[in-house]
Amino acid sequence: MKPLLNIEDISVNYGAIKALKNVSMSVNKGHIVSLIGANGAGKSTLLKAIVGLEPLIGGSITYGDITLATDNIRKSIRTENIAKLGISLVPEGRHVFTDMSVEENLDMGAFLVRDDALIKRKKEEMYDFFPILGERRRQKTRSLSGGEQQMMAIARALMSSPKLLLLDEPGLGLAPLIVQDIFEKIAYINKTENITVFLVEQNAKMALKASTEGYVMENGRIVLSGSSEKLLKSKEVQEAYLGA
Amino acid sequence: MGSISEFFQHLMNGLTLGGIYALIALGYTMVYGILKFINFAHGDILMFGAYIGLFVFNFLRGDSPLGTWTFISFFIAMLISMIVTGALGVAIERIAYKPLRKASRLAPLLSAIGVSFILSNGAAWMWGTQSRKLEYPFDNAPFTVGGVVITPHQVMILIVSLIMMLALIIFVNNTRMGKAMRAVSLDQDTSRLMGINVNSVISLTFAIGSALAASGGMLIALDFKVYPSMGMMIGLKAFVAAVVGGIGNIGGAMLGGILLGLLETFGVAILGIPPAMKDTISFGILILVLLVKPEGLLGKAVREKV
Repeated sequence: MKPLLNIEDISVNYGAIKALKNVSMSVNKGHIVSLIGANGAGKSTLLKAIVGLEPLIGGSITYGDITLATDNIRKSIRTENIAKLGISLVPEGRHVFTDMSVEENLDMGAFLVRDDALIKRKKEEMYDFFPILGERRRQKTRSLSGGEQQMMAIARALMSSPKLLLLDEPGLGLAPLIVQDIFEKIAYINKTENITVFLVEQNAKMALKASTEGYVMENGRIVLSGSSEKLLKSKEVQEAYLGA
Repeated sequence: MGSISEFFQHLMNGLTLGGIYALIALGYTMVYGILKFINFAHGDILMFGAYIGLFVFNFLRGDSPLGTWTFISFFIAMLISMIVTGALGVAIERIAYKPLRKASRLAPLLSAIGVSFILSNGAAWMWGTQSRKLEYPFDNAPFTVGGVVITPHQVMILIVSLIMMLALIIFVNNTRMGKAMRAVSLDQDTSRLMGINVNSVISLTFAIGSALAASGGMLIALDFKVYPSMGMMIGLKAFVAAVVGGIGNIGGAMLGGILLGLLETFGVAILGIPPAMKDTISFGILILVLLVKPEGLLGKAVREKV
């Protein structure tokens, strides 16, 4: 079966620094795929390249039959057109619209949805799924805790009913119990809504447990890949990321 | 009694002046909110709007005497001026600012100063430097309410600026594009991820800001005539109002504008500041605010939650 997201031999430069070097990987439809690696390995850069926030200097990224990005910026999809294709990114550091209420943040997630009844229904769904957001629907999101902001960012990404959900460090800086709650929610979304998930995480254990396949990135390269179960047990991963 | 009616007299005068400052300050603050850049051509955009309004009004009115048609044609002229000036604002952004969006922050600022000169010199070249009178579309004979002398012009300023500000508040809080505008001012990349076209939002911002300036330009032109450099001082004052209220904050621009109008009026009337020194009041307040609360009255000190 053809993968939903296919990344082929891409390279990205940050000024003089080579942030990604000939990275190839794929995400199959309906799966949860994780990308683990240390801070600064290039994981966020990879997500930015997928959504058109970082230009490629080589390689290509395809989504189904659509070419998302190549080294020719004119033939790459612009960031504002990514959501239309059914791709949602939950960015690192949440990036909620702090001066807007929970409800308004959800409205922005549904910016491309032109059906008011559907938006209303999706909002109610989100409030059911993340009850704390329902309680705080009129509050500005700057007043939410880190965990609540993370849920806010995920709910906002789900408002457009995406087919592919990209998550950048959803567990960053959160207490273990909250991280666990968020990962359970991600697994639930994947199963019930059949949303494909590509998960980027420093927390290797959580990410590999939640995913079916995994990739390990070091210094802008993929150094290991395989089924998550196998990676969890592999000596390299255990030594480098799990502190065993 | 005398002092009370005097107080309301100054209040009325201050509110009308402040209403105009607020209309113009909104353009500065909305553009700053999104592009973090001061559009120094904004005062000249206002001047352009006043000229367009003057021409359309004179054309529509023709020789007709004061009456319903004259009154209506003034507002048609204002509407047309707002549309044309809004389009001018969009064109200026596309030509003079957009290509510089990734340049250093100084570049668009200098470009704006250049646009300001082009507009004021262009107006002088096309329409001459003599000032032209924009006639009141009604008999502006003042009337007295409880000892307070009010002109119909003042009533019009209050009504027009109130309607414009309410419309803007409703727009940014309750419409899809208005909310998108706020989102873009908070976080451009994340807005793009939501499918918001940032370029369209920026164009819309310039259109609205310039249209509001056009209406403000016409309202002051009724008292102070139309001439190529008419936007300079009022533009600067409105900029001060935007900074005092908290630049980037729409409510702040409204508050700052009205506050400045009131302080200027009361400063002259009560503190006895000589009218010739009236302009120093605004700039004095600016310095004070910058020293005590640099982010402005309603501005928030920038601190990111990580």
